[in-house]
Order: sequence, then C-alpha cells, then structure tokens
Amino acid sequence: MAGELIATEHEDWRHFVGKALRNRSFMAGALITVLVVAVALVSFVWTPYDVTKLIIADRLQAPSGAHWFGTDHFGRDILSMIMVGSRNSIAVALIAVGIGIAIGVPLGTLAAAKRGALDEILMRASDIVFAFPALLSAVMITAIFGPGAVNAVIAIGIFNIPVFARVARGGALALWPREFVLAARASGKRAGLITVQHILPNIANLLVVQGTIQFSLGILAEAGLSYVGLGTQPPAPSWGRMLFEAQTMMAIAPHMAIVPGVAIIVTVLGLNLLGDGLRDVLDPRLRRQR
Amino acid sequence: MLSYALRRIVIVVITLLAASVVVFAVLEIVPGDPARLMLGINATDDAVAALRQQMGLDQPLVLRYFAWIGGMLSGDFGRSYTYSVPVIDLIRERLVVSLPLALMALALSTAIAIPVGVFSAARRGTAADTGVMAATQLGIAIPNFWFAILLVYVFAIALRLVPAGGFPGWEAGIGKALAALILPAIALALPQAAILARVTRSALLDVLGEDYIRTARAKGLPARLVLRRHALRNALIPVLTILGLQFAFLLAGTIIIENVFYLPGLGRLGFQAITQRDLIVVESVVVLLVATVVIVNFLVDLAYAWADPRLRRR
Repeated sequence: MAGELIATEHEDWRHFVGKALRNRSFMAGALITVLVVAVALVSFVWTPYDVTKLIIADRLQAPSGAHWFGTDHFGRDILSMIMVGSRNSIAVALIAVGIGIAIGVPLGTLAAAKRGALDEILMRASDIVFAFPALLSAVMITAIFGPGAVNAVIAIGIFNIPVFARVARGGALALWPREFVLAARASGKRAGLITVQHILPNIANLLVVQGTIQFSLGILAEAGLSYVGLGTQPPAPSWGRMLFEAQTMMAIAPHMAIVPGVAIIVTVLGLNLLGDGLRDVLDPRLRRQR
Repeated sequence: MLSYALRRIVIVVITLLAASVVVFAVLEIVPGDPARLMLGINATDDAVAALRQQMGLDQPLVLRYFAWIGGMLSGDFGRSYTYSVPVIDLIRERLVVSLPLALMALALSTAIAIPVGVFSAARRGTAADTGVMAATQLGIAIPNFWFAILLVYVFAIALRLVPAGGFPGWEAGIGKALAALILPAIALALPQAAILARVTRSALLDVLGEDYIRTARAKGLPARLVLRRHALRNALIPVLTILGLQFAFLLAGTIIIENVFYLPGLGRLGFQAITQRDLIVVESVVVLLVATVVIVNFLVDLAYAWADPRLRRR
C-alpha cells in the first residue's frame, strides 16, 4: 500500500510540473513572487542609494533617471526604500504564517485524530478567535505590548492559528476513513505516527495553498499596522509607514504615495495568483469556478 | 427549528462570555496603572491610591470582571478614564458615524458586486468574464487605506468636490454629513465588492450546473429569466454569508479608514483609547464589535435554517 502511494507521488510530481507550466495564474503569480523575493534579497547587498542617508537638497524629487521612483521629504531614494521595505513586509508576513502553521496544524490534526470533546473544545476556541475583528485586535495587541515588527508578527500570527487549525482538521477528517489510513491503523500504528506519515503529506497541498493566502493577507495587515504607526518602526523603511508619511505630501509629491501602494498591490496580487494557481494545479478537486 | 435556535443561542452566549473573559484578561496584563496615568507623573501615592479605590481598581480581579459584565448587560459600560463621561455615551456618539458608514459601504459593495458577479457568470469563459475577474483580483489586492489616500487626492484635493476629512455632524445637514462619509464608504466598499463579486459568480456557476436549471431551460424559459428567477435566488445563500461577515468586518475595518479621514467613529475611538490606555473604553468597543460579529453570524445561520430545513440537523 505504502509502495503504491510513493509511486503515485513520483508520477504526481512530473504531472504537477507539466500542469504548473500550463497554468497562467500559477506562472504569473510565481513570476511576481520570485521577483519580489529577489528584490528583497538583493537589498541586503545592494540598493541604488543608502536609505539611512538624508539629503535634504534632493527632497521631494519627481521620478527621474537618477531616482527612478523619485525621492521623499528627506531626500531618500524611494526605490531603495521600497527594496529595503520589502524585507520587512515579507519577513513579518512569512513568520506570521509560520506561527499559524506551527501551532495551528498540530492542533487541527490532533482534533481530527482524537475527535470528541477535545475536537469540540478546539473548534469552539477557534470560533472565539474568529469572532474578534482581526485588525482591531492586532492594533490592540501591538499597542499594548509596544509597537514594532516583532509584536506585529505575533498579532498577525495569532489570527493565522485557527485558520490553519481549521484547514488541517478538515483535510485530516476526510483522510481518516480512507483505506490507506485504515490499513496503517490495522497494522498497529499509533495516531501520532499515522498523522506524521500519512495525514500530513496528504494535507500538505491544502496547507501550501492556505499559506499563500495568509501570506498575502499578512502583507496587507503589516502595511495597515505600520500605517497607523504600530508596525515596523522608523528609521527602518516599511511600505505602510511610507504611505503614512506620503499622505501629508499628497498635494506636492503624489509619487510618494503611489509607489509604495503599487508595491503592496503587486506583491499581494502575485501571492493571490500563485495561491489560485497552486490550488488548481495541486488539487483539481478543490477547483472552484472562480 | 426552535430547538436548533435554542442550541445556537447557547453557543452564542458561551462564545460571548469566553470572548469577554479574553478581552478582560488581556487588558489586565497591560503595563501601566490607569489611575497613575490619569493623574500624571507628579501625583502623590495617596492621590493615586484614592483614585484607584474610587475607580474600583483595588477590588479583586474576579469581582471587577463580574461588575463590568453585569454593568454592560444593564447598559452601564462604566466611565471613560480620559473623557470622564459614561462610555455608553461615547459609543453612542461614535456609532452615529460608524454605523451609517458601514451600512453605506455595505450597500455600495452589494450594489456593485451582485450585478458584476451575475454579468461575469452569465458570460463564463469569455473575454468579458476574464477581464472582470482580473479586475476583482486587483480589487482584492488594493489596501483600502491606500485607495482612500488616492480618493482624497483626486476628489478632495484636485477636484475639490468633497471634504478631505473630518465630520461636520448630522446636525450640519444630511447632505454635508453624507458628503463627508462618501469617500470613506467607497474606500471601504471596493475590496469588499471585489470579494463579493467573486463569491456571487462562483455561487451562480455552482447553481447553474444543477438539474433544476437544466429543467427550467428545457421548458423553454428564456436564459435571462432562468438566471434571475431560478439561479440567482439559490445562489444568494453563500452571498448572504459573506455579506453577514462583511458587515462586522466593515464596522471594525473602519479603524484604519477613520484614521485616514479623521472621522470621529467607533474605530478611531478604539484606536485612541488603546493609545491612551483608556482600558474601559477599549474593553467596551472590542466586546461590542465581537458581539456584533457573533450576533450577525447567528442571524445569518438562523435565516439559512429557516430557508433550508436540512441545515437544522447540523
């Protein structure tokens, strides 16, 4: 039984690559996401200008050959700030997804394996978290424990936990009555081992798709928190913070607001397209006519 | 139906109680003594102790929780530490801004999304459908506060059609008040409309594959009539769920939009109260919003069970 499964997984892999290459949504999303991540990585070794250097004489310049995206009210190069800011956005959203997976998936698979009262308690608890307006609660958490990127990660991550718990539980519940799981049970394996060997590899698809969705929501949430001054703190550049600073300059330097906004949109769009594409490619049964 | 409703009510009550305990517990571990914060750093220890006693802060935690919950149930939300007025008055004052704003955004989002979703579903696979779906992808990716900043730039700064921010109050006249709310409502509505349009399209396509639609078509009914009378009505169930969720989201989502437009609404009240450590106000606003989410979801579920008896057994 296990041998058969591994064989089909190999075929699936080749099949998956072929399908991925033909899926326009996946390709567009993957291209954009790779580009954004590449920009973030490049910013560690090179940016066109130093983002910590203020050159007041160059302030509020419109986009030009020297400054592709113009400069801000301190004369900083906006392209360089966007590049460095992308690190924060990606790091915060990615770690928040990591928190959601690390805590949510064990809880969800445990609930599916044990059922009964534990399942009921965990699901009711997730209902309670869902009842909290995420943004207001994230604002509350960051304001109470102090503004900053770390607390923003925690605030966003907390709301990812029930999302992944639900997805993992739903996926696992559908697998437990399947024959290969029954066979594993009959051979005397314990629930924990079955979960690791048989359930997790088979719900990985679902988790990857949900992961890209939560990643894009995390980018938006980080931008929102930084915009109200509770996320990444100055002088570290962040897209949300840049938008806040641009707001008062709107009449004289609209490029200051347009560029970070477009950066957020492109990143979120890329992740959403990637998520849609992955869902179609990885699991045709999940394919919704969206 | 009655037993279903009763079961759901018990769950609603338990959820609300648990949420209130969470809110209370989280805010109890906040660093900083509200009494000292109110009196300033130069206050004597005696004055702070006296104020703590007056505010009931010297009482045991459990007693304070029950006093707070009991008060809320009887409409007494306590007094704001910073404004020195009853919290209920503050909330009422702010709700007259936030509630119309959320309702306007909801109405706008529905008015845009449902026709767009129907249009797209009816033309599935065509260039028009692809174009509309691409536009909704973009709509979902746009941060609403960025969209709000652009709206201010175009309609308030460049064209001078509406005010850039602030709220004149309803007493300044309905026209003026609505003019102050229109841009924030559009900014809130756009991403919601994009989501709702996708849900409408997807729900309609699901329904269009059903047997009874084929039957209606086979009877020779015109496609438009089949779509309106048979398909749309059944597709509205998932659309209604999302609408229910969106209302609560819009009410809470105002926290950032109200900051962009300097609107004195519930979100801004919550935000300011958080930064000023006005805990009693924060507790009340959060619990109120949680209650709204839970009750709206309960009503949506109830509406389903009423419409579809199969759901009552769950």
